[in-house]
Amino acid sequence: MVYELDNSEAVEMKHIISILLENEAGALSRVAGLFSARAYNIESLTVAPTDDPSLSRMTLVTTGTDEIVEQVCKQLNKLVDVVRLVNLTDDVHVERELILIKVKAENEQRDEVKRIVDIFHGHVIDSSDTTYTLEVTGDSEKIDAVLKALEGMTIIEVVRSGQLGMGRGAKGIM
Amino acid sequence: MELTGAEIIIECLKAEGVDYVFGYPGGAVLHIYDAFYKQDDVQHILVRHEQGATHAADGYARATGKPGIVLVTSGPGATNAVTGIATAYMDSIPMIVITGQVPKHLIGNDAFQEVDSVGITRPIVKHNFLINDVNDIAETFKKAFYVATTGRPGPVVIDIPKDITAEKIAFEYPAEIKMRSYNPTVIGDDEQIRRAVDLMLKAERPMIYTGGGVIIGNGSEQLRTFTRSLGYPITQTLMGLGAFPASDPLSLGMLGMHGTYEANMGMHHSDLLIAIGARFDDRVTGALEKFCPDAKIIHIDVDPASISKNVKVDVPIVGEVAPVLDTINALLSKSAEQTNKAALEKWWAQINEWRAQDCLKYDRDSEIIKPQYVVEELHKITNGDAFITSDVGQHQMFAAQYYGFDKPRRWINSGGLGTMGFGLPAAMGVQLAYPDETVACITGESSIQMCIQELSTCKQYGLPVKIINLNNGYMGMVRQWQEFFYEKRYAMSYFDALPDFVALAESYGHVGIKVEKTADVRPALEEAFKQKDRLVFLDFITDREENVYPMIPTGAGLNEMILV
Repeated sequence: MVYELDNSEAVEMKHIISILLENEAGALSRVAGLFSARAYNIESLTVAPTDDPSLSRMTLVTTGTDEIVEQVCKQLNKLVDVVRLVNLTDDVHVERELILIKVKAENEQRDEVKRIVDIFHGHVIDSSDTTYTLEVTGDSEKIDAVLKALEGMTIIEVVRSGQLGMGRGAKGIM
Repeated sequence: MELTGAEIIIECLKAEGVDYVFGYPGGAVLHIYDAFYKQDDVQHILVRHEQGATHAADGYARATGKPGIVLVTSGPGATNAVTGIATAYMDSIPMIVITGQVPKHLIGNDAFQEVDSVGITRPIVKHNFLINDVNDIAETFKKAFYVATTGRPGPVVIDIPKDITAEKIAFEYPAEIKMRSYNPTVIGDDEQIRRAVDLMLKAERPMIYTGGGVIIGNGSEQLRTFTRSLGYPITQTLMGLGAFPASDPLSLGMLGMHGTYEANMGMHHSDLLIAIGARFDDRVTGALEKFCPDAKIIHIDVDPASISKNVKVDVPIVGEVAPVLDTINALLSKSAEQTNKAALEKWWAQINEWRAQDCLKYDRDSEIIKPQYVVEELHKITNGDAFITSDVGQHQMFAAQYYGFDKPRRWINSGGLGTMGFGLPAAMGVQLAYPDETVACITGESSIQMCIQELSTCKQYGLPVKIINLNNGYMGMVRQWQEFFYEKRYAMSYFDALPDFVALAESYGHVGIKVEKTADVRPALEEAFKQKDRLVFLDFITDREENVYPMIPTGAGLNEMILV
């Protein structure tokens, strides 16, 4: 039997989901466990307490078809610890990610690295005789671009925070 | 007055109106057991294995609608309870499982009988708690009962370190609880309900397909009114049987893998599917890409995550079954528009043609006992009014196909997880809840051995359960699949060292009867059900290679059944 695949629905897209959840022991593992139990993807996940210490704010990036992501959101909403969930991808929003890069910087490379950091409005936050440690923030595309710009250099290590997100405008998540 | 944590637990259970707790003691819960000893309000039922405790509490919950309560110790007590917790979770059964934990200062030290109970049970509970402070016990219990019994119900585990159960504080049970992160009250959307009613009235080939949600949500009355006012055919899932009477001519019986020909063909050819409290499980839908190709789908369910999970629906209605059906029934009774009588007449004629296939026929003249015959005779002798529990396999399907349930909460089986060993302990819970009712456990020689130790519990508490053991000497459903799909290579599906079940039942202090001929089935059942105060174990030696028909093989659509 032959099936016509409806490609408009089967497209996998990146979604950025913002979650407010009870700041309780085990809340994070409930979210993480849900993803592994139901074979959903997590691309990145950041979590920390909010201005109200009884709540944590989580930003989660996942990929999937619209149908899968809708299921992900429904299942997350079912978790008793989840207070509020918004799929930021559905509306205008801001995204930021922070990256720390330790890169080899010797002789004339030291100037070249500094020029690249300046272009991306980043900072050198640590230095040794042979290396610089860089800090850059921006959306994921910009972070990817920094790494691309440094491709000719020797990168010693990299750490990315994962994306943070927030809806644009006056309204809060609650 | 100050109470210990253990005494507070008892007070919480009393405040929630708990009459029975099913459990098994151990080191981490000794303070709690000591508190049980000093009171008479809540009765503790001592099982023989923690799995039995969970299934008994589960059976109690399914029969009564009240949450079942379990108390087990830390470590192996908790891990033994896991199968029963998962069983309840898959079928959305309200349950509170109290697990003892090692004292707080030992947590994480690999202490004796320590296990991360909250971690192990996380994916199989609606929610769970680890109590860190004696002051939190009362509020946690209030939350646990609230979460377990509202919305789509489910099991909740409360893990309590031993030291906390000895500490003393003043007790106060919260009268109400509000949780900012949990708001289960959902009322169906008016606009969607109106759209649904419109589709219902216009349908030419409608099918009503209902599941366990109607029973759990106490929507049987509303469903009867709804179905009869429309006069549409109705089919019910394994979990939904009894919500609508099997004896009503509108009922097409069960659907799905072992559903009736008329139900499955009706589903496949329908132009409108009205799904109520059902979740489009793979055993129901068959191959998804072949499922109900011409139907618009209305889906009423309390759990938004169940909607469009497996099958995309056209009109989703998130809400509790009973109030949503109340609203729909009111709209239907007021509606000026009528159903399409001419189209329905044609549809029923088609359905009756499928019905004439008589897909549940079997050899009624067989001298060798047919399992279907035993179930039919059981129905007659109990006037179709018994509480029937079952284990998992062929006997479960025969019970579902041939008992004909007319009332909700009478058919008690593990549908989602498919847990062998469920039937006997579940029957104990039902019998305790309804001491004057007839309770029978339809089982097989393989399943019954998975929790056979509970015969001892039945003796201790005088539970007169009737065990209908359909003994074919095989793990029947495994054998059937091996016959169909593995060229009769019966790998490990045969038991060649079965116990003498009559002697076994007698050794536990019960009555055992072995039945080997069709002619003896009826007299044996009569003899057994006369013994109102005794557990009777009926060992029926049945046709060894009888199969469950119809059957939808894996990957096939609902219209591609194997018939007898």
